[in-house]
Amino acid sequence: MESQPAEAADQPVISLRGATASLGSRPVLRGVDLTVRRGEVVALLGANGSGKSTAVRAIVGQVPLSDGELALFGTDFNRFRAWSRIGYVPQRTTAASGVPATVREVVSSGRLARSRFGVLRKSDKAAVERALALVDMSQYADASVNALSGGQHQRVLIARALAVEPELLIMDEPMAGVDLANQEVLANALREQVAAGSTVLLVLHELGPLEPLIDRAVVLRDGCVVHDGPPPEAVGQHALPGHDHVHPHAAHGAEPLRTGLLS
Amino acid sequence: MDLLDYAFMQRALLAAVLVGVTAPAIGTYLVQRRQAVMGDGIGHVAMTGVALGFLLNASPVWMATLVAVIGAVGMELIRSRGKTSGDIALAMLFYGGLAGGVMIINLAPGGSTANLTSYLFGSITTVSAEDVTAVVILAAFVIAVTLGLRRQLFAVCQDEEFARVTGLPVRFLNLLIAVTAAVTVTVAMRIVGLLLVSAMMVIPVAAAQRVTRGFTATLSVAMVIGVLVSLSGTTLTYYIDAPSGGTIVLLAIGVFMVMTALSTPLARRRANAARAAEEVCTRDDVKV
Repeated sequence: MESQPAEAADQPVISLRGATASLGSRPVLRGVDLTVRRGEVVALLGANGSGKSTAVRAIVGQVPLSDGELALFGTDFNRFRAWSRIGYVPQRTTAASGVPATVREVVSSGRLARSRFGVLRKSDKAAVERALALVDMSQYADASVNALSGGQHQRVLIARALAVEPELLIMDEPMAGVDLANQEVLANALREQVAAGSTVLLVLHELGPLEPLIDRAVVLRDGCVVHDGPPPEAVGQHALPGHDHVHPHAAHGAEPLRTGLLS
Repeated sequence: MDLLDYAFMQRALLAAVLVGVTAPAIGTYLVQRRQAVMGDGIGHVAMTGVALGFLLNASPVWMATLVAVIGAVGMELIRSRGKTSGDIALAMLFYGGLAGGVMIINLAPGGSTANLTSYLFGSITTVSAEDVTAVVILAAFVIAVTLGLRRQLFAVCQDEEFARVTGLPVRFLNLLIAVTAAVTVTVAMRIVGLLLVSAMMVIPVAAAQRVTRGFTATLSVAMVIGVLVSLSGTTLTYYIDAPSGGTIVLLAIGVFMVMTALSTPLARRRANAARAAEEVCTRDDVKV
């Protein structure tokens, strides 16, 4: 339980023990244990309000833990500085802001974890181009993100995280509001990352096309872990992948929208 | 050009160039994070600084800088808390600053709100040599921050949560943006005026956006527009004897309207292309 001696190979990439957190006065995490080992692909599942997003945001330090222990790559979170080992995809439906930005500009901002003084060297530019190619967005590199569809926004946000060239990829609902064609693109990008040895923790509403990639699923309910093991297959809970999950996507895809109706 | 023969016009035009560069430069980041009114708020707070300058017989520009920086840091602290009551707190700060300025100026020996008029709306004849020194130093700071740290500031204003997870010192950068905005307000104060300074942070950026697709392009075009309107507005003021701030801002609005008119066919073409692309997407989805 206490911090182990530096034993790089077998150390969990993420180690969360007894985590509790509150948003306002509402307890959202009530003693969550989550361990992710090197090379694993772990899906965090659960209904809306189950705490899965809060758990992920706590792991990247965006929600303070009121109790419990968190270590990343074997380093206690308070002493963790190696942010370039993590690629983070926050829960967003858009990559746009109040001023236009090109796809390449947004993706390049991910590279700041490695080029702290903001100077983009040749290797940084190459990493950005690789990330764009991974999500099949190279042809849109100089387009404005404001002109993209919802699925393309997610591809940009994921490319921004991949530009870091992270060992650990943490994604909060990357499939929200993404049509099936775009989900396939994202699944392919993820497959290549996993094949290259990346560790992945992702929050999902349903497994969808990612299902074959998932090693382990952790299901949260009311801020507690209720399942930690192989991905559940077609259980009756509405938050988990059900037999009818294809139909809402087809209906959604037929009417292109930017915001995540499914989230 | 005979207007360059006058030392006061040389100073005014130099100050105008610096306003034209700095206000859109920091304004681009404020617009990016949808904080366009921040400049307006700082302008109100800076009133207290100007009045304090009169009262204490100190330089109004430096006093305004000091008070504006304190006010901007306060605004950033309120913003970063993200409470809904923050709106009310900001309003208190804005109007407290304005009211404080009006009160203090009347306490100053021989002072009245009439002294404030040139600071409120800008005036080309009042830029002193001492002001120019202050403005040059402050503008150099603004340019160094907004251009030198543009990748970091872009990341913070684009997606603050993501920026924190890349390990950027987000709190420091947010404070830096606030301080830089405050400094810009005092750079712009003599020429554009405290009540109109926010317009120079926002309108050139809005105009640039009509024709640009990228962030660096928007930043650059906004600065070019800023310099053009502040130089031409200052020159025009020399001939028509009006407050320079009003002239410059009206010119900026004119540029915005012209660029909107020019860009409408462009925008329509892009929208059509996007729609066509989406139609293709939809057919693909039905097949899946």
